[in-house]
Amino acid sequence: MASYRIVTSGKSRSFPTSHEFIEAADESGAGLVMLGSDHALVDGGAFGDAPFVAVELGSECLGVHGGLASGPANGDGRLVGFARFRLGTAEPGQLVELVRQPWTTPEALDAARAAFEAAGLTVAVCEDFPGRIIDRLLRPYLNATLRRLDEKLATAEDLDRTLCMGLGYPEGPIALLNRTGLAEHFDVTQALYEALGQEPYAPARAARVAKARSGG
Amino acid sequence: MTIKTVGVAGCGTMGTGIAIVAARAGFATVLYDTQEPALERARGQIEAFLRKSVERGKLDAEELPKIMERVSGTTTHQGMAGCDIIIEAVFEDLEVKHALFAGLDAVCPPHTIFASNTSTISITEIAGGSGRADRTVGMHFCLPAQLMKLVEMSPGLTTSDETFAAAWEFCEAMKQVPVKTQDTPGFILNYFLIPFNNDAIRLVEQGVAEPAEIDKAIKTALGYPMGPLELLDLVGMDTQKLLCEAMHGLTNEPRAACPPLVRRMIAAGHLGKKSGRGFHDYADSKTFGA
Repeated sequence: MASYRIVTSGKSRSFPTSHEFIEAADESGAGLVMLGSDHALVDGGAFGDAPFVAVELGSECLGVHGGLASGPANGDGRLVGFARFRLGTAEPGQLVELVRQPWTTPEALDAARAAFEAAGLTVAVCEDFPGRIIDRLLRPYLNATLRRLDEKLATAEDLDRTLCMGLGYPEGPIALLNRTGLAEHFDVTQALYEALGQEPYAPARAARVAKARSGG
Repeated sequence: MTIKTVGVAGCGTMGTGIAIVAARAGFATVLYDTQEPALERARGQIEAFLRKSVERGKLDAEELPKIMERVSGTTTHQGMAGCDIIIEAVFEDLEVKHALFAGLDAVCPPHTIFASNTSTISITEIAGGSGRADRTVGMHFCLPAQLMKLVEMSPGLTTSDETFAAAWEFCEAMKQVPVKTQDTPGFILNYFLIPFNNDAIRLVEQGVAEPAEIDKAIKTALGYPMGPLELLDLVGMDTQKLLCEAMHGLTNEPRAACPPLVRRMIAAGHLGKKSGRGFHDYADSKTFGA
C-alpha cells in the first residue's frame, strides 16, 4: 500500500475526529490526501511524485477541483475525489465513495482505494456525477416519503414500520431524517436539485420548513 | 363478526403463502383455483413448507397434520360459499378480480368479507365490481407471505368501518402485523420501492457506477440487507417491467416509468437470478432454471 500524507484546509466532514485513516498518515508519505472543505482548486504543481491525490468532496463534483480537461500538467490522471458517507449530524459511516474521472489512471485509483481499505473502510467507486451513488438514490426517496407523509398515506410510525418489516431496512426514512436532521437533508437535496434540475430532488415541504426554522 | 373459515382465491406463490398463514393460525382454509392440478400443487407446497418448519424446529411435528387437515380445496365458487372472508390473490387485472368477486358474491352469504391482495390496483375500483363495495378491503401481504409478518391494510372509499375493523382483527388473529395505508397506487411498499429500484437502474444506465459498487454502497451506508440491483435480480426484470407499467400507468410519475435498460435486459434474456444473469452473474447458482 502506498503511504500518504495529509494536507488539511478547513473542516473535514469525512473525518471530523481522528480515525485509523488519519493516524496512518505519514508526513513523508508519497500519496497526497487533501482533507477539508477549503480546497477550492487543486494546484497540480504541488503534487510532486505523488502516486495519487485524493481530494475530499462535499456535494460538489471532482471536476470543480481538478477541471474538466485531462493533461499531465494538472496531474489529472492521479486525481481522485472521495467522501465518507455521513448523513446530516450523524457520525460518518463505513462507506467511502471514491470518485474518478475518465482520465484517472487505474494505478492512482487502486492506490487510493488501498489506503482507505487499509484503514478498515469500505470503498465504492463511482464516476464524477452530482450526488455520486448514495445521495442520488437516497434523496429522492426521502423527499417522496416526506411528501407522502404530508398527504397522509400512513402515519410516520406505520410508514417506517412498513419499510423496515417489508424490506428489512434497519431504520425507517422518517426516523432516519429525524435522527440526522431535516435541515441538513434540505442542504444536500437542494444542491442536487440545482445540479440535476429534476423534481424528485426538490426539497420536500418538511425539509424547507426545517431549514427555514434553523435560521440557515 | 367472528371469522372461522377463510377462503384464498388463487394458488400461486402468494395465495399458497396466505393459505399457510391462515391454516397455521387455526382457521379452516379453503383454497380456490380453476384448475385441480393447481390445487394439488399448492397442497404439496404447503406440506413441504410445513415439513421444513418442523425440521428447523419452528413447528411441532404433531401440528403438521392438524394444519393440513384445515386446508381444503375447490374449483367452484360454490365451494367457497361457507367462507367468512375470502382473500383473492389472482392475476393483477381488474377485470379478472371483478369476475371472481362477482361470481363469489352470487353464492356467499351477506356477511362474507372480500379482501384483495393486490399490490397496485385500487381497492375502491376492485370493490366497485365486487357486488359488495362496503365489505371489500385491501390486505396486501409481503412475499413470501408465510414468512413475512407485514400486511398493508387499505380501506377503499366505500369500505365500511365495521368491515375494516373485522379484517384488521382477523389479520392480527393470524399473528400478522397490519399497518393502515391509504388506497393509493402501490400503497406504501411498492410506492417507494419501485421508483427507488428504477433510480438504481438509471445510475447503471448513465454510467454513474457499476452494479456491484452501487449495491455495496447501499448496503454499507444504509445497512440494507440487499442492494437494489441484487433485489431486482431476485424480483426479475420481467416482473419489474410489469410493476413499472402498473405503477406508471396509474401515477404517471417519471420515477416509476420502466427504464429502457430493463427492456433491453429482457430482450437479452438477462432476467435476473432465475435466468442466471441480471445485473449480476449467477452462472453457477441459478435458483429455478432459465
